[in-house]
Amino acid sequence: MFEIVKKELLASNIYLMDIMAPRVARTAFPGQFVIVRVHEKGERIPLTICDYNHCKGTVTIVIQVVGVSSRLIANLNEGDLLLDFVGPLGQPSEFGHEPIELLKKKKILFIAGGLGTAPVYPQVAWLSSVGVKADVIIGAKNKELLILEDEMRVVAGNVYITTDDGSYGNKGLVTDMLKDLINNQGKHYDEVVAIGPMIMMKFVALTTKPYGIKTIVSLNTLMVDGTGMCGACRVTVGGKTRFTCVDGPEFDGHLIDFDEALRRQSMYRNHEYESNCKCFVRLSDK
Amino acid sequence: MANKIPRVAVREQDPKERATNFEEVCFGYNADEAMLEASRCLQCKNPKCVADCPVYIKIPQFIQAVLDGKFADAAHIITEDSSLPAVCGRVCPQETQCEGACILGIKNEPVAIGKLERFVADWSRENNINLAQKKAPNGHKVAIVGCGPAGLACATDLAKMGYEVKIFEALHKPGGVLEYGIPEFRLPKERVVKHEIENVKKLGVDIETDVVVGRTVTIDMLMDEESYKAIFIGSGAGLPKFMGIPGENLNGVVSANEFLTRANIMKAYDPDYDTPIYVGRRVVVVGGGNVAMDAARTALRLGAKVSVAYRRTEKELPARVEEVHHAKEEDIDFQFLTNPVEVLGDDKGWVRGLRCIRMKLGEPDASGRCSPIEIKGSEFDIETDVVIMSLGTSPNPLISSTTQGLDTNKWGCIIADDNGQTTREGIFAGGDAVTGAATVILAMGAGRKAAKAIDEWIQSKKQS
Repeated sequence: MFEIVKKELLASNIYLMDIMAPRVARTAFPGQFVIVRVHEKGERIPLTICDYNHCKGTVTIVIQVVGVSSRLIANLNEGDLLLDFVGPLGQPSEFGHEPIELLKKKKILFIAGGLGTAPVYPQVAWLSSVGVKADVIIGAKNKELLILEDEMRVVAGNVYITTDDGSYGNKGLVTDMLKDLINNQGKHYDEVVAIGPMIMMKFVALTTKPYGIKTIVSLNTLMVDGTGMCGACRVTVGGKTRFTCVDGPEFDGHLIDFDEALRRQSMYRNHEYESNCKCFVRLSDK
Repeated sequence: MANKIPRVAVREQDPKERATNFEEVCFGYNADEAMLEASRCLQCKNPKCVADCPVYIKIPQFIQAVLDGKFADAAHIITEDSSLPAVCGRVCPQETQCEGACILGIKNEPVAIGKLERFVADWSRENNINLAQKKAPNGHKVAIVGCGPAGLACATDLAKMGYEVKIFEALHKPGGVLEYGIPEFRLPKERVVKHEIENVKKLGVDIETDVVVGRTVTIDMLMDEESYKAIFIGSGAGLPKFMGIPGENLNGVVSANEFLTRANIMKAYDPDYDTPIYVGRRVVVVGGGNVAMDAARTALRLGAKVSVAYRRTEKELPARVEEVHHAKEEDIDFQFLTNPVEVLGDDKGWVRGLRCIRMKLGEPDASGRCSPIEIKGSEFDIETDVVIMSLGTSPNPLISSTTQGLDTNKWGCIIADDNGQTTREGIFAGGDAVTGAATVILAMGAGRKAAKAIDEWIQSKKQS
């Protein structure tokens, strides 16, 4: 059992939680994820790691209430226990293997969409800790749903905010901001890391392609075990089938078959929104 | 003459009825039936059945105890060599092991050793017989990776020798393939699997779930930081294979591993659980092993019309005869000499059919099996909503890729000798992680051999 030692409301329906999980905190690295189970009859829920503290033995996760499973976690409070908390899973971010001197010469732009701001944060923070200041675009639906802005400003170089409705920062999409930075503000980037909704990552990859900027995305596919056993998370990258849980979750955004990935996400979709009405998903549910 | 009695038939759930539920198919013997069946044993002086049992259970002795009505004694005799008799009595391929060697089988039917083992184990559970024989601790710690049959067997023997044993399990429940792979209707989880694992824990074995060795911790961290003297790797063969044909990533194509994991350990068949599972109206299972039979029979119970596509003939089916027989009784359709060439999708990217080609058998290959050859121009389509790929599995590289000096062969299997010694000192391995996908009982046999080798290695280090 894993205790929730801190719970904080970040925005409407978005919560941050610190979980006491010393084994996971000990070996976690930016880019990796955990799998959580709340109760005996619940699903295994993959969540990206938002932060970790080796000394305290805690791992931070951020949850947005979108369906049955996320509501189960969000309903828990400080002092409550998670039944299962397993990780760190997946490959650490690629920059973890790169020589620091090489990283320092790179201009990296992170693009965080909505809840994707949570997994972007530890990557930017890690780079900052080795003396690399990366720029960040944070995109949100509106001002109320923007998270981790202050935290990000501490560790990032420039932070650019966009909202769909213009209630804060620039009005528009993250891809508009990206094009503006390159075309009008004279910015040059060697690498873009985009984490957010699958559809956003698809369009970021499409936007960077003509500029020839290497683009890494982090996929949030369906999963059961998270260790390579089931293959529910398979995705086509460069014409080859890869498993997101063990080969990813980060892949080259220019090589991913996003349309297939988007379609595969909907395999059990009706179920997630059916709330408590459980039935075997049959043809009529498509 | 004892051997004039015909083999006592075992009672089973009616095929029509069981096709709609997840209750156990086979009811097992009652005491009278077990004693009658036990009376058929010839009590051979040189019992061939024992020699063909991977864990060398003292079969004639326990059968004699059953015949005498001393069921608790029988349970103690089995427990000396096996910690999972209620499991093995249900899922072992006895026909090619103990029962395959039974002298009675030459002219008549062999003694139903498996069903007797199951009776003894079930009886001892129902009568709360305490089988734990704890030994004084010897002060040495051994870590075991993977709480499946290999790990549990290895842990049992080491605990009985006095070692402090801890098993690390990646999933949220102990049991390995017994939990995620084999369906409830063949192997009940709460009643049978959980109870036998509890028996292992009563020996003092500690189990920590939610630890993915190779990610959460490494083998080296276990040895250097948590002072385990030796490690046994019994992490199984968990990676599913796919065919590499067009359309394999359409919605509705799943590995048997995913399908069974959802149904078994995640209990998708139980409406009280949150796990989704998709069966559609029609399912085609590709493959002919025990896992294919399990997937097919699970899909049937979830309400689908199920076909099994296998590229050789019925004679070559790798699944146990009993499983194929049960599947046929339940109206599973078999398409032999049939191999998929493409999964067909609709305009939304969901499976609508499976394009197959007819095969014929050619000359026997290196393994002695006839290799199937495509018959040109014989393509045909099967209408289906779901395709379950059951083509075998291979070991997970998470451990071998994070452990220096631990060598694997070209199939990704950990290299180990007959005693489980790997290419690195102090690290032992056994079961599917070494052999590739095999059986519960072979994994248990490997676990036992490794336990002996680990003990010898630690004792020799102590003296030097």
